[in-house]
Amino acid sequence: MTLDPPVDVPAGDLDSGLSRSRGGFMSRLRGLFGVSAVREEAWEIAEEALIGGDLGASLAARVVASAREIRDPESPGAAVRTALAGLLVPRDPDWDLRPTVPGHPIVVLVVGVNGTGKTTTIGKLAIRESLAGRRVVLAAADTFRAAASEQLRIWADRAGVDMVAHAPGADPGAVVFDALDAGVARGADIVIIDTAGRLHTKQNLMDELAKIRRIVDRRLPGAQPETLFVLDATTGQNGLAQAAAFHQAVGLTGIVLTKLDSSARGGIVFAIEDHLKIPVRYVGVGEGSRDLLPFDPGAFITALYGTPGP
Amino acid sequence: MFDVLSDRLRQTLASLTGRGRISEADVDVAMREIRLTLLEADVNFRVVRDFIVRVREQAIGAEILGSLSAGQQVVKIVHDELVALLGVGGRALQLQGNPAVISLVGLQGSGKTTTAAKLARHTVKLGRRPLLVAADPYRPAAGDQLETLGKALDIPVHRAPVGTSVVDIARGGVEAARRLVRDTVIIDTAGRLTIDDALMAEIAAVNAAVHPVETLLVVDAMTGQEAVTVAQAFAASVPLTGLVLTKVDGDARGGAALSIASVTGIPVKFLGTGEKSDALDVFHPDRLAGRILGMGDVLTLVERAQERGSGGTRAFSTRRAGGGLPSVQERPCRR
Ligand SMILES: Nc1nc2c(ncn2[C@@H]2O[C@H](COP(=O)(O)OP(=O)(O)OP(=O)(O)O)[C@@H](O)[C@H]2O)c(=O)[nH]1
Ligand SMILES: [Mg+2]
Repeated sequence: MTLDPPVDVPAGDLDSGLSRSRGGFMSRLRGLFGVSAVREEAWEIAEEALIGGDLGASLAARVVASAREIRDPESPGAAVRTALAGLLVPRDPDWDLRPTVPGHPIVVLVVGVNGTGKTTTIGKLAIRESLAGRRVVLAAADTFRAAASEQLRIWADRAGVDMVAHAPGADPGAVVFDALDAGVARGADIVIIDTAGRLHTKQNLMDELAKIRRIVDRRLPGAQPETLFVLDATTGQNGLAQAAAFHQAVGLTGIVLTKLDSSARGGIVFAIEDHLKIPVRYVGVGEGSRDLLPFDPGAFITALYGTPGP
Repeated sequence: MFDVLSDRLRQTLASLTGRGRISEADVDVAMREIRLTLLEADVNFRVVRDFIVRVREQAIGAEILGSLSAGQQVVKIVHDELVALLGVGGRALQLQGNPAVISLVGLQGSGKTTTAAKLARHTVKLGRRPLLVAADPYRPAAGDQLETLGKALDIPVHRAPVGTSVVDIARGGVEAARRLVRDTVIIDTAGRLTIDDALMAEIAAVNAAVHPVETLLVVDAMTGQEAVTVAQAFAASVPLTGLVLTKVDGDARGGAALSIASVTGIPVKFLGTGEKSDALDVFHPDRLAGRILGMGDVLTLVERAQERGSGGTRAFSTRRAGGGLPSVQERPCRR
C-alpha cells in the first residue's frame, strides 16, 4: 500500500482512520467467506455491507451480481473487491497538478455544497503546494458566508501564501479576475479559488459558478482549470445528484473526498465515478495541515473492506 | 434519479389499482420497490428491513377503502408507518431555566453555526432575549462567523480569549447572560467526529457544567447510512433532546433523519431551509414522510378520498387547511 504523498509532507494515516470502526462486518464476512462453500447468505451480507457503506442499493446489487460472474475468485470477498475496482475510472498513477499553458499559473477551482470542507481542503492543498516549492495565490471568492475570507486568511497565513479578497458581499467573479491577475503578475505557479458552498438545486447560484468558470477561461485562455468537487464522505445518495449538477455547471475534473477520518465509508464515490467518470484525486483525513492525501484506489478499497488487495 | 424511482414505485402501485384484494405476490413486488425507494432516500438499511416486515404484514389482505384502490391503500399504509417512525409529541422547544441553555452539537460542516443564529432569531420571535456563545475554538474564524451573524441580527455574542477551555467558554457565556439580562443562551460548539474520544468527552463536560435544557444534534439532510451510528454516539455522550435537520432546501430526501428518529426516539424539532438566518422551520413529520416517499400526488388522493367518505376511517393526522400534501415547507418537492 503506497500512501506516500509526492511532496515532503508527513502523511496522516488513512488506513488507521478508515479501519477504526469497521471490524464487525469484516470479521463476519471473513468468517463466512473463509469457508470454501460459497453461500447465498454471504452474498447477501456483502450486498448489505455495500449498502451500509453508501454505495446505493442498485449499485450494490450490481457489484454483487458482477462479483458472482467472476470465475474462480480467490474468495467472494476478493470478487467483490475486483468488481468495486472495476467501477473506478482508470487513472494515471503519476497524476499531479500540472500547468497547461507555459508561463500561466495552474488554476484550481474548488466547488461543492455547504460545509463539505472546501476551505479546509484549500488550506491543506496550499500548504502541500507551497512545501513543494510552488508559489501559491488563494482567491477568496466566497464573499457570501459570514467570515469565509477570515477563515481562508488563517490558512493562507499558515501556508505563508498570498490571498486576494474583496469586501463581504462583493462579486465573486471580480475576486477571481483579480486573483488571476495577481497570479500572473506575481509569477505564481498555482491559483486556488475558494467558492461559497451552494446547494446544487439553486439554479441562480449554479449559474454564478458557471460564470466564475467563464471568467477563468476568458482571463487565461486554454488554462483548463482543475475543477475539484469537494464531497463529504458522510454523504449518502444525494452525492450523485450533487456531482452531476456541479459537473454540468462547471465541468468537474476531479473529486476530493473529505472527512474519511470519520466512521463513514464514502461509498457514494463509486456511483459518481461510475456514472460521471470523474476520478477522486485527494482524500481529506483530518483538520490538520497534513491531512490531505492523494487518492489511492487500492488503499481506499482495502481500508473500506479491510482485506488485502488482489 | 429520484424521479425514476418514484415512477417505478408508482407504476408498481398503479398495477394494483382496481383490485379488491392484493395477493402476496403483488405485495412482494411493491415491497421490493419500497425498499429501493427508502434505501435511495438514505434510510438506514436495518431500519428498512424492519419497516418492510411491518408494512408487508398490514398490506397483505388490504381491502378497498371507500374510493381507494388497493394500491393506494398500500401507499397509505407505507405513509402512516413512515410517520409513525418519525414519532410524535415532545417537539416544542424547551426554555426552562434562567437562563435557558441550548447547546448545538454535531459533525463538522453539518450547519451548527448557521443554525445557532437561526435559533437565536427564532427565540426572539418567541419573545426571548438570547445570547450566542462561540464555543468552537478549533475551526479557523468560527467565532468571527458567529459574531458576524449575531451582529446582523442585533444579538450579542459571547467570545472568550484564545486558550480558554470550551467548558470555561460555556460557563462564561452563562455568566455573561446573567450580567446582560439575557434569558436564553445558545452555545455553538465545534464540529467533531464521534470516534474522537477526547472531543466527545469535551461536550459531555460542557453539558455537565451548564446543564442545557435542550441539546440539539444538528444533522445534514444529505447524510447517508452512518447517520444512525453518529446519532447514537452523540446520544451516548450527551442527553440529546432533539434533532435539527439542515439543508433540506436541496433535493435530499432526508432518510437519515427518519432513521435517527426511529432508532433513537429523538424527535426532529427544526428544519434548516436556507442559508439566511430566517430559514428555520418547525418540523412536521408527515411532510417529510411524503418527501421520502415521493408520492405526494397519491397521498393527496388518499386524503381526499378519506375526506369524502368512509366515515370510520382514521383521518390523516397530516390534514391541513387547503388540503395540500405533503411537500416540506409548503414548497413543492424539487425533483
Ligand atoms: N474530520 C475532518 N473534518 C474536516 C475535514 N475537512 C474539513 N473538515 C471540517 O469540516 C468543517 C467544514 O469545513 P470548511 O472547510 O469550512 O467547509 P466549506 O466547504 O468551506 O464550508 P462552506 O464554505 O461553509 O460551504 C470544518 O469544521 C472543517 O474543519 C476532514 O477531512 N476531516
Ligand atoms: Mg468555505
